This record gives sequence, C-alpha cells and structure tokens, in this order.
Amino acid sequence: MRTARTLRTAVAVAGALGVLSLTACGAADTGKSSAAGGDKTVKLTVPSWVGAQANVAVAERILEEELGYQVKTQQMGEVLAWDALSKGDIDAILEDWGHPKEEEQYVETKKTVVKGGDLGVTGHIGWFVPKYFADEHPDVTDWKNLNKYAEEFRTAESGQKGELLEGSPDYVTHDDAIISNLKLNLKTKYAGSEAAQITAIKKYAKAEKPFLTYWWTPQWLNAEVDMVEVKLPEYKEGCDADPEKVACAYPNTPLQKFLNADFAKDGGEAAEFLKNFNWTTEQQNEVALMIAGEKMSPEAAAEKWVKENEATWKAWLPKK
Amino acid sequence: MSATATTVSKPGTAAGETRARHSGGGLRDAVRRRRGLLTGGGALAALLVLGAVLLGGGTWPAGLTADISAPLDAANEWVVDNRDSHPLFLYFLLHLSNTATDAVDAVYQGLDALGWLGVAAAAVLVAWRAAGLGRRGLRVALTALGAFAVCGLLGMWDATLLTIALMVVSVAAAAVLGTLIGLAAGLSDRVDRALRPVLDTMQVMPAFAYLLPFVLVFGTGTPAALFCTVIYAAPPMARLTALGLRGADPAALEAAVSLGANGRQRLWTARLPLARRQMLLGLNQTIMLALSMVVIAALVGAGGLGEEVYSALATTDVGKAFAAGLPIVLIAVWLDRTTAAAGDAIGTSAPAGGWLHGGRAWALVAAAVAAAAAVRTAGWPEAWTYDISAPVNRAQEWITANLTFTEVWAREFTLWLLNPLRDALLWLPWWSVLLLVAAAARLVGNWLSAVTATAAMAAIGVLGVWTKSLNTLSQVLAALVVTLVLGFLAGVLCARAGRLERWVRPLLDAMQTMPQFVYLIPVVALFGATRTSAIVAAVVYALPAVVRITTQGLREVDPAAVEASRSLGASTRQQLFGVQLPLARPALQLAVNQGVVLVLAVVVVGGLVGGGALGYDVIKGLSRGEMGLGMTAGIAIVCLGLVLDRVTQRTSRTAR
Repeated sequence: MRTARTLRTAVAVAGALGVLSLTACGAADTGKSSAAGGDKTVKLTVPSWVGAQANVAVAERILEEELGYQVKTQQMGEVLAWDALSKGDIDAILEDWGHPKEEEQYVETKKTVVKGGDLGVTGHIGWFVPKYFADEHPDVTDWKNLNKYAEEFRTAESGQKGELLEGSPDYVTHDDAIISNLKLNLKTKYAGSEAAQITAIKKYAKAEKPFLTYWWTPQWLNAEVDMVEVKLPEYKEGCDADPEKVACAYPNTPLQKFLNADFAKDGGEAAEFLKNFNWTTEQQNEVALMIAGEKMSPEAAAEKWVKENEATWKAWLPKK
Repeated sequence: MSATATTVSKPGTAAGETRARHSGGGLRDAVRRRRGLLTGGGALAALLVLGAVLLGGGTWPAGLTADISAPLDAANEWVVDNRDSHPLFLYFLLHLSNTATDAVDAVYQGLDALGWLGVAAAAVLVAWRAAGLGRRGLRVALTALGAFAVCGLLGMWDATLLTIALMVVSVAAAAVLGTLIGLAAGLSDRVDRALRPVLDTMQVMPAFAYLLPFVLVFGTGTPAALFCTVIYAAPPMARLTALGLRGADPAALEAAVSLGANGRQRLWTARLPLARRQMLLGLNQTIMLALSMVVIAALVGAGGLGEEVYSALATTDVGKAFAAGLPIVLIAVWLDRTTAAAGDAIGTSAPAGGWLHGGRAWALVAAAVAAAAAVRTAGWPEAWTYDISAPVNRAQEWITANLTFTEVWAREFTLWLLNPLRDALLWLPWWSVLLLVAAAARLVGNWLSAVTATAAMAAIGVLGVWTKSLNTLSQVLAALVVTLVLGFLAGVLCARAGRLERWVRPLLDAMQTMPQFVYLIPVVALFGATRTSAIVAAVVYALPAVVRITTQGLREVDPAAVEASRSLGASTRQQLFGVQLPLARPALQLAVNQGVVLVLAVVVVGGLVGGGALGYDVIKGLSRGEMGLGMTAGIAIVCLGLVLDRVTQRTSRTAR
C-alpha cells in the first residue's frame, strides 16, 4: 500500500514537472520586444495627481489627432512607473518631481531610461497656512513664530503639539527632520493619500479653522482654497543632502520628463513630440482646474485647451 | 450575499458545535473552573501593573530586534537586475506572466466580440439555467438583467467587461488552486494541519505588502494583479473543499467500499460529488473575495472598474467613484445570487421544465447567446447612459455639511478611548505585554495557543515595529468593540424581525462589496484625516459579516428549547439571554473571529485616511518601492491577527 502511494506521488510529481518543462521549452519574451503592439502605439503612465493627468490628456489628444498615434494609458504609483519605464512597459513619464534613487539606478547605471528635458512647470513644496488665518496673524508666516501658534494647530491626534498635516507616502518630505532640527513644537500627521489630505483641507477651510499643512504648487486646489506659505530657513544647495539633518526649505523643482531609452531612439515622431512638450504652470493649471474644479473628463478638458491654444502646441510638433 | 459571503470556516467552530451539544451536566463544573482561571488572570494582571510601576515602562529593547528589510531590499534589487536575463525568469516566470496577460486579453476580446446584447443574453440565460430554470431561476435571471443594464446605464460598460475578464481568469485560477489544496487537506490530516497557517496568512497578509514583489517579478498591469487576486481568493475554496471531503456521509463511503471501489474511485464517485455543495459555497466566496481586489489591482495598472474608482480619488470626485463602485456591487450580487441558487438547486431533481433538463437546456442557452451575438452590436450605446456623479456629489456635500456632530464625536472618541488605550499599551513594559497575551491565550485556549500567541507578539518586537504595532492594535481593538456591539445588536434585531432582515440585505451587500475607496472621501469629510476615520472604514466593512452570522446563529437555535423556556414563563428578554444567546455561542464565536479577520483586512485602507502606523507603512512600502518596509509591516499585521485569533478563539483541544 505504502509503495503504491509513493509510486503514485512520484508519477504525479513527474507529470507536474513535465508540464512545467513543456511551458519552459522556450525563453519567454521579456516584454521589450513584444510590448510594442504595432509601431504607432505610445504608452503613457497617468500619475494620481491632476496636474500630471492634464499633461497626459493634452499629449494624448495631440498624439492621436495630429500625429495619428494610438495612446495607451496606464495608472500606477510613481516608483512602479519608473520600473515599468525601464522595462519598456510604458514609454514616457511626463512629470517627475525628483526620484534621485531611481535616476541613479536606471538612467546612470542601467541606461534603460533617458532624460526627456524640462516640462516647463516648476514645482515647489512647502508648509502652508490658510490665508484667512495668515491675515489675522501675519507673523505666522515665519517659522520662528510657529511655536507660538502650535496650540492653534492642535488636534485630538497630535496631543500637546501642533499638527502638521502630511499627504500621501508618495511625496518627498523631510518634515520630521525639519521639525526636530528646528526644535518646533509640532507633530506630523500622515493623511495617507492625497484625496484624504485635500478633503481634510477643504473641511478646515469650510469651517475657517486654522491649520498647517505640507503643500505644493502647482495644484488645482490652490484656486479654491487660498493658502500662504510659511517661510522656512532658506534653501541652499546641498542643505538637504543628509535626510537626518535637514533644517531648510524645499528647493524649486523644474519638473522633468523621462523616456524609455529604446523609445527615445526608435520612437519617431512621438518621441520627438514628447521631448518638445513644454508648457507653463499657468497653462497646466488651466487644464487641471477644468478636470478637478469643473469635474470635466480629462479628454474633454484637453480637447477644449487644444482648440484654444493652437499656437502653443504647434511648436511641439516634429519639424517635417 | 448568501449569509456567508465572508464566513470563512475556521478551525474553532466545528469543535464549538460539538461542545455546545454535549454541554449540560458538565456545565457547572466548567463555570467553576473558568471562575478559577479568571481569578488567576485578574491576579496576574494586577501583578503586571504593579511590576510595571516598579520597573518603569519601556518599549521593546533595541538590542532584541532583527532588521529583515535589508535582505528583502537586496532581493528586490536582485530581481530588478536579473529579470531580463536569468533563466528562472526567461524559462518560467515570464511565461506565467505572458500567459496571464494573454488569457485575460482573450476573455476580454471574446466578451467584446459578443457585443452588449450577447453579453447581456449570456449573463441572463446562464443565471437562469444555473438557478434551475422555472420561476426560481427567473428571479435570478432578472437580477442579472438588472445588474448589467445598470452597468451600461452608468456608462461603465467597457470597464465592466475588463473587470469581468480579469475576474473570470483569476477566479478560475483560484478555484483550481483552491481545489487542489483542498483535496490534499481533505485527504490527509497532516497536510491539513500544515496548511492551516498558510491559508490564514494568505488572507490576513495585506495584498499591498506583496503587490510590489509581484510587480517586480511579473510586471505591472494584469499579471501582478491577477496573481495577487488568486492568493487572496483561493483560501475559502481550499477550506470548504477540505470541509466537504471530511464531512462526507460515512454511510455513503461505507457503501462505496463494500461495492469494491478503490481509493480513487471512492474519491470520484462518492466523496467529491458529496462535497459538491460545500465546494460551490467555496466558489461563491472566492468570487466575492476576488471582487474585493478590483481596486487594488488598479494600483498597479490593471485597468477596469478599479481604475475608474481610483482615478476619481485624485479629483476627490465621490460621484464618479460611486458610479464605478456600483457596478462592482452589482456584479457581486449577480454572481452571488447565481452561484447560491446553483448550490441550492443541487440535489433537487427534475426542475420545472421536464424536457429542458440537463444538456439540452445548456445547448439552448448557447444557441440563444450565439443568436444575440450574431446581431453584432458593439459596446453599450452612448445615448443610453446617464451620469449620476453630479447628484451623488450634491448629496455627499449636503450630508457632510449637515452632519456636524460627527467631528465632535470623533474628537471625543479619540480623546477618551483611542488615546488612553494606545498610551496604556505603550506604557506597559514589553515583557508584561507578552505575559498578558500569554495569560489571555491560556485562559481561552490551551498551553499551545498561549505559546503561539506569545511567539507572534514577540516576533512583532523582533521585527522592530513594536510601537507602531501597538498603535495599530489599539485601533483594531476599538474597531472590533464597535463592530461587535453594533453587529450583535443588529443581528438580534434581524433574527427577531424577518422583514427587517430582508430590508437590510441589499445594504449589507453593498457595505461588503463596495470598494472602500469609494467611501473614503465622505468618511474623511465627516471625521477628518484621523484614526477615527480608519476605524469607521473598518466597521463598515466588517459589520455585515458579524450581523449575518449572528442572525443565522440565533435562527438556528433549536426552536424546541425556545418553546420550552416560553412555556416555563420566561420573558422575551429571558428567552434571549437565557436560551438563545448561550445556545448560539458557536456562531457568536465565529462572528468574533470574522470581525478580527475583516477588521485587520482594512488596516491598510485605514492607512489611506489617517490611520497611520502599520497600514501607512504598507502603503509607503508599495508607493516608494521599499519592499522591506512594506513586508515588515505586512508580517506584523499577520502576527497581530495570530495573537487576536488565539486570545478570542477556543481551540478544539480545550474540549478534551
């Protein structure tokens, strides 16, 4: 009986291995060679924030209507997008806020990703308070006075300290280090997602309550809720080199485009167009506000903008 | 959902039932023994507090930790460097990922080719046939029709097809995997014991934690999403298959043996057919769990309804998220009613239409679908859509603007319950927490469960996430208390008023299958980005299962016992507390267990609305690409689950 069972198990295992080896008889495509799906296809990643959705919507519109490409969009986190870009699962990232680790790994070392130039939009991160509060207490906009107002920012979550509202884990932040290095009586509270942070800000603004938040421009919400930046010690080159010792403001970041290396070489008109793509913060905000404020679909917003701004985007088209 | 949409059968219950049946004479002894244990426990707790005061508080000592994130990050690195060249990838893993993509694409192309008329016809007719034709079947068929019509009307037709394609492939794979595991576990006790913790881990480990390694190995989009879904959805199929095989009527097996059937014949002709009903229930739950992964799949670019929900979050557009979430609920209702009806139809022979029996009916279904497809309709007509996002947004704004007491309530809840609970847990020295866990687990279970629980708690310390885990634990405990109080209350009400249960059923369905991402924004608008929001999200998700199990448990209490107590002059209250609740104890225990599992399942979602702690770490690990961070937090959540399971569930061995 026992030998029979052993025999049966052995046969089963051998069978399973046989099936496995059948599937494994040839090397699989690694994605790069097969992913193209026709040479007139461009694959773009759609980041979660609206400004970046505006880039993609406008680029998609022009690629499809003017250059005759088919655009496939895929939504995913920023770091995952870098990985997919390196593999060729997507062709381009149109708005990157700075990922030094990934840049080093993929651009410098593996050379699977190349720089695509400036987007034209400059990003800036900082600490913000609502305008209605800053109007009442003008000195709150200097970090040196923040401790004086810590009590105003207190919530049930932050205990005895003032609350500094943070957003999604995706974002670049040194705030915990800044707080401890500047000896501020504050505590970070991670909302965990951009949606939660925006909803919380809207809630505060509606009740006209004081709050302090990690925030950035360009952002469509800035048109709805007026916020004033709190001055942190001035940013100097390299003052954020050691994450533990940061005690200065965030730099201005000219947002970057990145292209898959193969796509940049063989992507033809599409690659050239995406390299040329370059617009201003105001222009991006115009589209972003249509999407987020007026709740238009990105396609409709892009269509409207493209119709009204022919001069701008004509310059991005490849020279014939 | 058929009463059991998420009631995963757990080891504790079977024993509980037997014990309930045999309690009677030994009851008084048991009570006396328990009282002794309780006194002992109380004394121990007092000692602990005293010890803590004398020796001072303290978290887990840094010297006793082991950092596992460095090797995990190194593995991560290795994968990135080798996945284009290493034979393991070229000859095996990439084949898996390409096959997954092709399979989902093929199903989607097939559905697309059928046209909207063909797909709708197929869904309705299959539902009708599976539910056993006739009038019963008609009700299920109408559900299917309604579900698909609404998906189309909401303008979500194409996204719905994509989601169904992903579901078809992942449910099929999960069912096959689950059946194989279930076969092994059902036929061998040793395999069963060995697999139990594996199945538990598959369900409690947040998918966010292993999403990243899957993306690195299999690529973004369909493959990673598919394999994650399979892992999460396979356990109920395995558990119920094993349960079905074990529960097969001994007389039938005896008969098979006496007819000279050998092992394999017995399996095919007697045991598997007898387990069919359980297996169908397993399939039903596998489908429900797979559907709950739709939005998570969207995080890695799998598309479909999940993507619609997720992208609506960026503009905090609740209406749009709702319009995409509703089809998910409707698909769940359609599939649930269909599989549940098919399960009920098993064994009831010769349905209404005599000549329409068996294969002939299926042939008719196929012919009708082919005819519908031949009309060659394309996607759902644009003109037949209605955008509900504007009215939903208005409703949401009105509600959040007018319910102002929620914020006050959240504040008080945090100040008076959450903060003290967290601070108390953190204030206790680490060794006393371990002792408390050990004592509690010993009190409810046996020495083995005490050892397991203590080891799990210690593992949390060793992983270096002691403080965060206790913070999460305090939130989980608070959510659990709220869930159980509300759930038992609602369950008792539903059990006593049948009409009420029918009324709440659609609501419970929606609470269970509506992706949490849809109601995150209203929750934050009401309670702020706080831990309270995280707790509310958990309660909404876990409540339906507790209500359902409680209701069913109370209903199944022997009517004779209730009748007897009534004839002895017991009041309604006395009947409830003296007879019904004690007799329904096994069901109530299962409800507690499900409460634990489901609350833990949303810890990560809580991280998205301000829950912080472990949930936030898991999301951060995924979005920053730090595998070590995410996995460590994920493992800690599994350990918390183990601890909570051991201190709330009596193991079968205590009965001896």
